[in-house]
Amino acid sequence: MAYTENELASDLENQEYKYGFVTNIESEQVPKGLTEETIRLISKKKEEPEWLLEYRLKAFEIWNNMVEPTWAHVHYDKPNFQDIIYYSAVKKKKYENWDDVEPEMKATMEKLGISMDEQKVLTGTNVAVDFVMDSVSVATSFKAKLAELGIIFCSFSDAVKEHSELIKKYMGTVVPVTDNFYAALNAAVFTDGSFCYIPKGVRCPMELSTYFRINEQGTGQFERTLVVADEGSYVSYLEGCTAPQRDENQLHAAVVELIALDNAEIKYSTVQNWYPGDKDGKGGIFNFVTKRGLCERNAKISWTQVETGSAVTWKYPSCILKGDNSVGEFYSVAVTNNYQQADTGTKMIHLGKNTKSTIISKGVSAGKSNNSYRGLVQIHKNAQNARNFSQCDSLLMSDECGAHTFPYIECKNSSAKIEHEATTSKIGEDQIFYCNQRGISTEKAISLIVNGYCKEVLNQLPMEFAVEAQKLLAISLEGSVG
Amino acid sequence: MIKIENLQASIDGKEILKGLNLEVKAGEIHAIMGPNGAGKSTLASILAGREEYEVTEGTVDFDGTDLLELSTEDRAREGLFLAFQYPIEIPGVSNINFLKTAINEIREYKGEEPISAKEFMQMVRDKSAIVELDSKLASRSVNEGFSGGEKKRNEIFQMAMLNPKLAILDETDSGLDIDALRIVATGVNKLKTKDNATIVITHYQRLLDYIVPDFVHVLFDGKIVKTGTKELALELEEKGYDWIKEELAL
Repeated sequence: MAYTENELASDLENQEYKYGFVTNIESEQVPKGLTEETIRLISKKKEEPEWLLEYRLKAFEIWNNMVEPTWAHVHYDKPNFQDIIYYSAVKKKKYENWDDVEPEMKATMEKLGISMDEQKVLTGTNVAVDFVMDSVSVATSFKAKLAELGIIFCSFSDAVKEHSELIKKYMGTVVPVTDNFYAALNAAVFTDGSFCYIPKGVRCPMELSTYFRINEQGTGQFERTLVVADEGSYVSYLEGCTAPQRDENQLHAAVVELIALDNAEIKYSTVQNWYPGDKDGKGGIFNFVTKRGLCERNAKISWTQVETGSAVTWKYPSCILKGDNSVGEFYSVAVTNNYQQADTGTKMIHLGKNTKSTIISKGVSAGKSNNSYRGLVQIHKNAQNARNFSQCDSLLMSDECGAHTFPYIECKNSSAKIEHEATTSKIGEDQIFYCNQRGISTEKAISLIVNGYCKEVLNQLPMEFAVEAQKLLAISLEGSVG
Repeated sequence: MIKIENLQASIDGKEILKGLNLEVKAGEIHAIMGPNGAGKSTLASILAGREEYEVTEGTVDFDGTDLLELSTEDRAREGLFLAFQYPIEIPGVSNINFLKTAINEIREYKGEEPISAKEFMQMVRDKSAIVELDSKLASRSVNEGFSGGEKKRNEIFQMAMLNPKLAILDETDSGLDIDALRIVATGVNKLKTKDNATIVITHYQRLLDYIVPDFVHVLFDGKIVKTGTKELALELEEKGYDWIKEELAL
């Protein structure tokens, strides 16, 4: 018999989360709670220089005087910041080489589909990976090969030790400590993350990628990523994330800073698949992330995100178009199902002349979820001939979900051209029936329609990632349709 | 090919089909005519498997299988095609991708290998020519931004690609100008073989000048009340449906 909307809705509820397992591996943690002492302890464990400890303590002081933002269109019980473990690390020190890695860890990576095997390059995988579990980076591949080109790709902790001058120069320049509540918290307690530097004129020959994994119970993950593309260089960066299936809400508050110097280009792609909670809305990750990039002259930063996970998402990858002729792009697919809530979008800050930005946002809401786009396009006084195009589309898949759009436009230069387009549509029984009548199953039909709807964004992803993302969309939305 | 016996169906408790009988054999073209509200489109919807309608009585045998037991997609895979009166738009999904998915789903159902890209593209070229469909339309999103005529031609193009045993054309002539009507009708005629069959549902005699039916049925108040040849259609055109009413004392 044909398929009704109610059946569709109930099938969507029964989606499965593939990465809900826990790795049994001994870890070392600091006690729960957040005080100056916790921060000193983290800093000490990481053998950090004095200036970084001071940076953290200052951030902590600032954070103490801030209040959690409430403007986002999301509702959740505020995390108890004294009930979180701020540092949890695999006991073993950083692996010196691949043979030292415990079988449990290898099995985890395999389950997550992460390949550290550099030999695989020969068979086509061309991605260098930094794997961060809970608070520390576990392994980074291709370091030596990249070093030949002068490219630095390592964990943030290693970078603090080995490339202190670069970290000191760039950290906090795009997302200052004072930026917002979660950025300040991150600055105080961040534990690891990735650092990448592409020297002048170098085109990074492979995709660089960081995989973030939350494993331990009761922990929060606070990582920092810093990507610096020096003049005339190019890098494509990928980021993936998953977490075990738990009843508690775990906090993930990251900071990502991108710096594209003159004529440089950074392409940053994220496939976010944190545990979204169960179908009754229990558990799941709170994903409160600050991502921002700075473009100097003729530089380009392009954010692409596919957001399918997390119980609550609060995230606005942004571009500061400081240099003349710089370009910012934001391509986003955000899928919410069951009781998930997402408030996501971007900020395009036009400061330089002839700056250009493009925003393509595709929201897909199913179940009882709420999906909001929030974006700011700001044209400053001196941004002669700035140009923006925004398109925000919402696709509704049930009668009980919500899609919301909050676009803000502030323009202080009359030569600017700003366009905003928005559509809202619903996957109709008619469309499903039409597909069915041509012999296409409902499951395939939904996947066809959703992928078609998201095509403009998925096309922006690197090949390997695009395939993953399509599969992920299918899993997130189809579940056990049959 | 298809044998409908005593089909009774209702929607929201309202009886629409009241004991309909119809048999269509391979190689035949049947036209179903009738006034508004007689149940013409309801018949098409029920055969395709639209589930708002409740079948309360009767059987439909489709080449040896009980059609009413099959899901919509399995009916399609068994070779039943419905050309929609109002084709649906699917933004972002190209016609090509849509059809390739459909063909491969049908092939999988039959235990066949997926179609090769080369074979598929050749087929697209050959079949789009049948309905004089611009090849650009083939790569555009399904029906999105198509004119009324293009949508109908696209339906016949899909029919050509899927090569069904039984095609039901639901008011395919509605909203077509005379040129588009000719193209669509020519397409249907070209696709006719001795092994397939077509049911043409229409309001007007006009389409039947181009697609010549072997039988014409008059559907009135949920039943087929009169069956004849092409001449019946001409008579209807001339005398109107009231004539049937009077003649049969309905």
